[in-house]
Amino acid sequence: MHELGIVMNVIEQVDNVAAESKVEKVTKVIMEIGEVSTVIPDLFTDAFNWAKKKTNYLKDAELELIILEGMTYCRDCKGTYRTVEFAKKCPHCGSMNTYLVTGDEIKIKSIEVV
Amino acid sequence: MEEYKIVEIKEDIRSRNNEQAKQIKKDLAEKKIFYLNVMASPGSGKTTLIVQLVNRLKDKFRIGIIEADIDSDVDAKTIAEQTGVKVMQMHTGGACHITCQMSWEALLELGLDDVDFVILENIGNLVCPAEFDTGATQNLVLLSVPEGDDKPLKYPLMFEVASVVALTKLDVAPAFDFDIERAKKNIAYRNKDAKVFVTSAVKQEGVDELCDYLTEQITKTIRI
Repeated sequence: MHELGIVMNVIEQVDNVAAESKVEKVTKVIMEIGEVSTVIPDLFTDAFNWAKKKTNYLKDAELELIILEGMTYCRDCKGTYRTVEFAKKCPHCGSMNTYLVTGDEIKIKSIEVV
Repeated sequence: MEEYKIVEIKEDIRSRNNEQAKQIKKDLAEKKIFYLNVMASPGSGKTTLIVQLVNRLKDKFRIGIIEADIDSDVDAKTIAEQTGVKVMQMHTGGACHITCQMSWEALLELGLDDVDFVILENIGNLVCPAEFDTGATQNLVLLSVPEGDDKPLKYPLMFEVASVVALTKLDVAPAFDFDIERAKKNIAYRNKDAKVFVTSAVKQEGVDELCDYLTEQITKTIRI
């Protein structure tokens, strides 16, 4: 359960942006979460809804999570494939010489404010 | 309908941590300090191995230890009593990992003017500590026999960020279904560059080899 620690980090960052931008309140936080980022969306949302009560600007904020697909690239055959399905071993040529291209994001994309 | 505007942020929440980690690495390199982040499960033998490493290396280098725990100071006491080097105990107050900010504050609290080698004993956990770069020069990850040789398969990132892996408690291997070669294969699957040392703190095996490796690495950092 490390989602709460990440949520606290997100909330602090958004609260700072809100204070700097002199807004009344934040109505929505939109985040991009990679499917192999180790963040569990349901736990993350629960933690967010609990933690937002203690903030200045996010009390009424809704959380939207955009899940990004994990894709891995193979250096040997130059192919790409879905990480969740095949992990480190390239399904095209069997090579282990691969690296993750997308899917580990925990990114605050944007916020909606009034 | 309520009027609203959109503020683009587009920042990965770890980016601040990563930026800060780079800064710490740079500052420590300038001060010629080797900073080792020790990570593993609870009960894998981190404190025991650290005591043995420190007692073998304390005549060669000026050592400082940072103990990170959710609570208590049992580890700091053990290290202070058994090694005599300076130790500071940090409490995370519930958090399951050390952020870069906490790492930096602990380094300053420990004091950087009279050390060449600082060891951070991270929170016992195979998940979160791997995600937050502490600014360490290298990461040492322990895998103990009772945990099983399959752990590198189950906790990918921890073994991917390791520069060195120490297999520990090899003295109890006969009681467990632990295969050293399989463990090595699983570590290599995650990270082919990780150096692996097979150790038993009780039987004092493999610890000298790990010390030789660390001596070489620390010397490189402090003689630049």
